[in-house]
Amino acid sequence: MKILIVEDEPELADALRQSLETEKFLVEHACNFHQALNKIISFFYDCILLDIGLPGGSGLDLLRELKQMERSGNVIIISARDSLDDKLTGLDLGADDYLVKPFHLAELHARIRSVLRRNAPGGRTLLEAGNVALDPDERTATVAEKELVLNRKEFDVLSYFMVNKNRVVDKTSLAEYVWGDYMDDADDYEFIYSQIKNLRKKLKDSLADIEIQAVYGMGYKLVLP
Amino acid sequence: MKLNHFTLKYLAAAMLVILSAWAAVFYINILDEVYDSLDDGLDNYRLLIIRKARKDKTVLEKAAFGEGNYEIREIRAGEALKRKDVYKDTLMYMDFENDLEPVRMLTTVFRDGAANYELKIISSMVEEDDLMEDLFYALIWLYVILLTSILLVNHVLLRRTWRPFYAALDRLRDFRLGKTAAAPVGKSNISEFRELDREVTDLLERTNRAYESQKQFLENAAHELQTPLAISLSRLELLAEKDTVAEPERRAIGEVIRTLERMKRLNKSLLLLSRIENRQFAGEEPVDLRAMALTILGEFEDLTGFRRLKVSVTGEFHPVARMNRDLAQIFWTNLLKNAIVHNIEGGVIELIFAPQGFLLRNSGIHRPLAGERLFQRFYQEDTANKNSTGLGLAITGAIAETYDIRLIYSFDGLHQWQALFPAP
Repeated sequence: MKILIVEDEPELADALRQSLETEKFLVEHACNFHQALNKIISFFYDCILLDIGLPGGSGLDLLRELKQMERSGNVIIISARDSLDDKLTGLDLGADDYLVKPFHLAELHARIRSVLRRNAPGGRTLLEAGNVALDPDERTATVAEKELVLNRKEFDVLSYFMVNKNRVVDKTSLAEYVWGDYMDDADDYEFIYSQIKNLRKKLKDSLADIEIQAVYGMGYKLVLP
Repeated sequence: MKLNHFTLKYLAAAMLVILSAWAAVFYINILDEVYDSLDDGLDNYRLLIIRKARKDKTVLEKAAFGEGNYEIREIRAGEALKRKDVYKDTLMYMDFENDLEPVRMLTTVFRDGAANYELKIISSMVEEDDLMEDLFYALIWLYVILLTSILLVNHVLLRRTWRPFYAALDRLRDFRLGKTAAAPVGKSNISEFRELDREVTDLLERTNRAYESQKQFLENAAHELQTPLAISLSRLELLAEKDTVAEPERRAIGEVIRTLERMKRLNKSLLLLSRIENRQFAGEEPVDLRAMALTILGEFEDLTGFRRLKVSVTGEFHPVARMNRDLAQIFWTNLLKNAIVHNIEGGVIELIFAPQGFLLRNSGIHRPLAGERLFQRFYQEDTANKNSTGLGLAITGAIAETYDIRLIYSFDGLHQWQALFPAP
């Protein structure tokens, strides 16, 4: 899987690259408009992380270029501009997603996974970890082929862990992903803990061989045996 | 007061004064002319009578006014010398009117042979009170007709002449920041209006430019702050994932991440606040407040369940407000989140809908909050809560201000948030 990072901030690009490479992605980086244009014309990428404000031009123009080549569907815009206009323009031009900086790496991984899944040839792909499988389209979960009944939020929590297996998932990041970004009070972490406890119990009862570990001071981590 | 009526008011007053003055002058002049003409007539009559008396001596016998309008009386020569011609107004009984009527009388003397005679000639004259009355009514009519015609002319003419003015007014009223282009409406023959048009266009252009640059600044500020935050957060997260990091270090990293998170939220809230206050949320639509509240309460169900809050929604009204949908969403989310977070374990949230607003009641600390200061930036009741930005209610307050929503806090054992929306 090839991923292109179009980002003018070298520090950020480097952090993203490191994180993506742990997932065995092949990562390339373009730091300005022309470099990016050359790369998208010459090569095919499974996913493109596109910053809007670039030296030498706007990321939106690159998106227009990609749209003409009918390849804008695998673009995730990463922008510091939380502007509705940009968001609408970007999505109108066929971008798959719009992520406002700063974002959590776990969040980025989840978004990339869903882009890859949507654009995968042959359609339906399952999220798998150990003997647990999730179908994000049908929103069903199985443990060793047997159905695992989860409510909506539990499903969201588990799928977030599944796309971030073996990675520390920050509790804020989890809260934002599942309950929206108004979950920002200290009290809420207690609430998240209670939700995780329920999910752990369900996994244990259905004999799943994955485990959600607490990472003290940070959040949680899904680990395989 | 409309421009039309304003000018009319002054015209009416001015005309009253001018017409009255004119009426007085006119009356005096007319009367003068009438007397002049009457006296000429009397002079002529005297000449005729004296001429007739020379031929016909019986005329000299006419000692009382009768059908002839004159009387002649013989006087002594000495007296005649002292006499001058006298014209005067006097009253005389008239059979026709059965009343004393004013007449003009000429008293003169003449000599016929050796004898001197006094001659009195009368002529019926204008009745001054009648004249005045006629004049008065005529003036009233003139006044009314003038006013009506001025009103009509004003109506047509003013509307025509002032059209560029009203166009400028419309432009100012319909002007939406960043949405309306500041193009001039067109030419007028009147130089003042051309200038007005030019100035309005200038003003709107300047406003648009200021708005644009402010918007630009906000976006740049966001960019400049968010990027270093993004770098720091990503770096720290990468670091925390490393297996070589020991537990205490990881905990410290967690602390730093939490602090940066707080900064990120603060930055985001401040940007949102400035954008609300700069009216950068365009696109109003009718929002069903009840439906939206129920949806958001649904999203909070996990949280309310977790804190064992009893949530009740009463009042079958569906108040509708014209506002930006995202802002309405933020408005509700902040209010409801506030009611949930600052509640007590097993407390209550009551949402009561009215035709044009709602009342939100929630339990919490048992004393009233700081009233007006609640909606100020960075006001925090509970300083122990390090994760709250203290901007949630400020944002709610800013949204309320933007849409003229009357938001009032009160305390009667429960914290009450009363919101009254303007009719859509």
